[in-house]
Amino acid sequence: MSTVHERPHDVALAASSTERPPLTQRPGLLSQHVGTAILAAIVGYAIGHWLGNTISGHYPYIANSGQNAIADTLGLMFGVLGWLLGIGALNYPLAKLTGRQPNSEVEIQGWSKYFRYSTNHKTVGLQYVVGVLLFMFTGGLLAMAIRTELLSPTTHVFSPDTYIKIVSEHGTVMMMMATSIVVGPLGNYLVPLMIGSRRMAFPRIEAFSFWIFVAGYMVIFSALPFGGFPTGWTGYAPLQTQSGPGMVSYLFGFAVIGLGMMAAGFNIAVTIINYRAPGMTWSRVPIFVWSILATAALLTLATPTLFAAGVFGLLDRTVQTAFYVTEHGGSSYLWENLFWFFGHPEVYIMALPGFGIAGEILPVFTRKPLFAYKVGAAGMIGVSLLSFFVWQHHLFQSGINPDMRPLFMLTTELISIPTGFIYLVGMGTLYRAKIRFDLPMLFVMALYFNFLIGGVTGVFLSDVPVNVTVHGGFFVLAHFHYTIMGGLLFAFMAGLYYWLPKMTGRMMNRRIGMWHFWTMFIFFNLTFFPMFIIGLLGQPRRVFTYAKNLQGLNDFSSISAFILGFSFLIFFFNLVWSLYINPVKAPANPWDSLGLEWQTATPVPAHNFDRIPVVLADPYHYSEENAPAVADLGPTSPPDEPSLSGVPV
Amino acid sequence: MNETHHLRRMTIAWVIVSVVADVLFWFFVGPHVPPGRMTDMATSNQFDFNILFVIALPVLIGVWIYLGYTIVVWSAKRGGPEPVGGEAARTNRTAQVAWITITSVVVLFLAGFGTVELVVNHGSGGGEGPNPVWSPAGATKAEAAALAGTATWSPNSGQVLPVQVIAQQWKFTYRYPTFGGFESPQLVLPTNTSIVFNVTSLDVTHSFWAYQLGVKADANPLINDVAYAATTQQGQFVVRCSELCGIWHGAMYNYGRVVSQQSFMTWAQQAQAANAANTKLLPAFAWTYTPDANGAAGGYYPDGKVTPYSPAEIYGAKQPAS
Repeated sequence: MSTVHERPHDVALAASSTERPPLTQRPGLLSQHVGTAILAAIVGYAIGHWLGNTISGHYPYIANSGQNAIADTLGLMFGVLGWLLGIGALNYPLAKLTGRQPNSEVEIQGWSKYFRYSTNHKTVGLQYVVGVLLFMFTGGLLAMAIRTELLSPTTHVFSPDTYIKIVSEHGTVMMMMATSIVVGPLGNYLVPLMIGSRRMAFPRIEAFSFWIFVAGYMVIFSALPFGGFPTGWTGYAPLQTQSGPGMVSYLFGFAVIGLGMMAAGFNIAVTIINYRAPGMTWSRVPIFVWSILATAALLTLATPTLFAAGVFGLLDRTVQTAFYVTEHGGSSYLWENLFWFFGHPEVYIMALPGFGIAGEILPVFTRKPLFAYKVGAAGMIGVSLLSFFVWQHHLFQSGINPDMRPLFMLTTELISIPTGFIYLVGMGTLYRAKIRFDLPMLFVMALYFNFLIGGVTGVFLSDVPVNVTVHGGFFVLAHFHYTIMGGLLFAFMAGLYYWLPKMTGRMMNRRIGMWHFWTMFIFFNLTFFPMFIIGLLGQPRRVFTYAKNLQGLNDFSSISAFILGFSFLIFFFNLVWSLYINPVKAPANPWDSLGLEWQTATPVPAHNFDRIPVVLADPYHYSEENAPAVADLGPTSPPDEPSLSGVPV
Repeated sequence: MNETHHLRRMTIAWVIVSVVADVLFWFFVGPHVPPGRMTDMATSNQFDFNILFVIALPVLIGVWIYLGYTIVVWSAKRGGPEPVGGEAARTNRTAQVAWITITSVVVLFLAGFGTVELVVNHGSGGGEGPNPVWSPAGATKAEAAALAGTATWSPNSGQVLPVQVIAQQWKFTYRYPTFGGFESPQLVLPTNTSIVFNVTSLDVTHSFWAYQLGVKADANPLINDVAYAATTQQGQFVVRCSELCGIWHGAMYNYGRVVSQQSFMTWAQQAQAANAANTKLLPAFAWTYTPDANGAAGGYYPDGKVTPYSPAEIYGAKQPAS
């Protein structure tokens, strides 16, 4: 197999000592970093808002509101542009556009690199770790607010207006954050290491995907000072059309995050296809990489519809098109179809990487080869493909296309088959194993337990007659929390406990981790399992009041949710404790893994491998006599070629 | 212990626990599963749920027993033999083929079962849109008569009763075209009668969820979303909006009643008479109504004065076929 690993002609050479360092590399406040990005974003917002008011003054979106959607949109647009300019994401394209030689991109050393535009995939991976944990924390705080409100059907903590905006913000932040929760941190950090590459295919696009992801997060949160939006994360029209300026943040935020998702997916897919080391044939690609490839395909192909849906909504609000305005010849169904055409693949964007993590961790802690590897990879590709043909199960009661319901019922239920492949892999690997129940393994076992409940209840939702009873209620809410939180988030935690020693050189504290696991696992189930019953008993989603007889179950769920929230505080404490307060140096390969990522030094050198490894076998030859070496890493060789990050190798 | 013993143990445990759990569920829990048996749709939805649950339980129990067994028997803490790698541990053709075959058969059965139930039960209480493909006998005729203003209904006639559900922020009202098209905040239905629900909205998307009736249909502006149910028991039911429709979505609910046919007739005639003056002020009965630009759904026009495009003005009261 022939793959391309470096393109020296396209790689900027390290800056010579006589050149003036580019803005991204200068020390101190004069360089480009997150501070300058914030400043430029504020200036950009002010310019955009002023421009909008100038070109479309006296043109309020809502009569007598004084609100100008054009100014709001341009403000956010220029704000994001300012952010990208301020962080340095546009330095290279602007230099190229103006015919100048771009400055070389040499990553500065020290902790401040995490606040800058870095083209090193390991730095970007760690930036993502902090980013998604921060987003998860804010989304989690909103969840606590929701459960506080639902403690009583009659005594209210928030007004209905505030409550529905909290619900909407929670859903939107969590769903958008969750699309990147594994692909961002672990995908960017690990994929090059696992396939024996020194870098991602498009490091600038990789860095762009992170910083625009942050911008999208801030845009979505900017809805709150604008008064929020009352549509939930689904943003259905015409409610969307009726809503205030916070809706602009929602629509524009989706478009911005959509750009980041497309960029990330494209970059990862190209990397996996073209940057595999010699010998890394498709049958030797780690299962995690398969899952990321399947996810990247979804990110690249499904997200454009989200982007288009957001742009259509913005056009409706700014230049008075009528994509979603039924009275003017548009259709609210257009939004519903575009949204769910992205929205359902998105579920698998979140689920598949979790199974990839499980597939990597299981062989290590069972000391057995991954069972039915090819079936597992086929399952991931199968889920990825089928996920494009199931979206209308979200619209079974919408009044659209009744004759299509049997088809979408069939396609939705068919997806159980490739998902079953993935379970077969897990269960086959556990068979007659010798299981070490370390923290990553515990989280993986919890994933299989939780996702099973989420998956089986999904079959109830896919059945049109049963859907009548369970759609739109707490049953569906419990279902998707079991799949996304119970599956993805537990997998993410498994991945962090497993790979953080590689990424940081520090071991996470096991005792504190155990407290984290057991509180998270027990109280996750105690929070969300009662919601199946609450839903069956008739409580719709997103309501601030409910039948009095459901208060007991709701209170039980709320109190469990508070302890579940506390379990994340234990995790954050463990993170700080293990990395800063009482750091314990991680052994080179603490789990005795055969994975290629563990064969290189810790901390990982800037260039990943001294020499491009030659892969000899897949990384699952556990408990095998005369097992072949996974790769020939070669003798340590002197630096001989430049890397994009400017570190000579 | 050889391989057969592990599998035999797990299989025996699985069969026993599954059979017991299924029997307990079917006889003790199943009859009480929502939405109950107030209509034929509710009964069929409950039956479908129970069938799915009886199939799902062995799947859940099978995986749980397997995971539990691995934790107990194959934990490294318990010692035991070292695992064996190699090709035999990587693949097992019999297991793979059996797994794929069983999951495929179950899934195809479920899809077939769901489709039959959907067709036989006239959409199973779900909104079928303006052009339903599975209608009970007499429903189309009743709808046409309702639109023409010639619909009639009387006790013991076996006629289908059309009821229009109008959703708006944040309440439901109901029009009875068979009784002069009066509009009421109360939903009263006769027992042992086929009902056609014509669901529409005046503003944003809502969802008419008559919980105990087993009916759920989105209410979209300018769309007539049709759902069916035949009442079989008298009693009270709750109607909730199950699609987020704005600030007071949580408070958008009311209650309805299924009463005897004679009681319904009496109520309907009294309500028709009591609302006669109001009914004259209402727009002519139609499947949908164009929202007012300045009304609950309006206000999103640039100056608040623009008259929106109105299909009703162009096509009259009848909605064009979609």
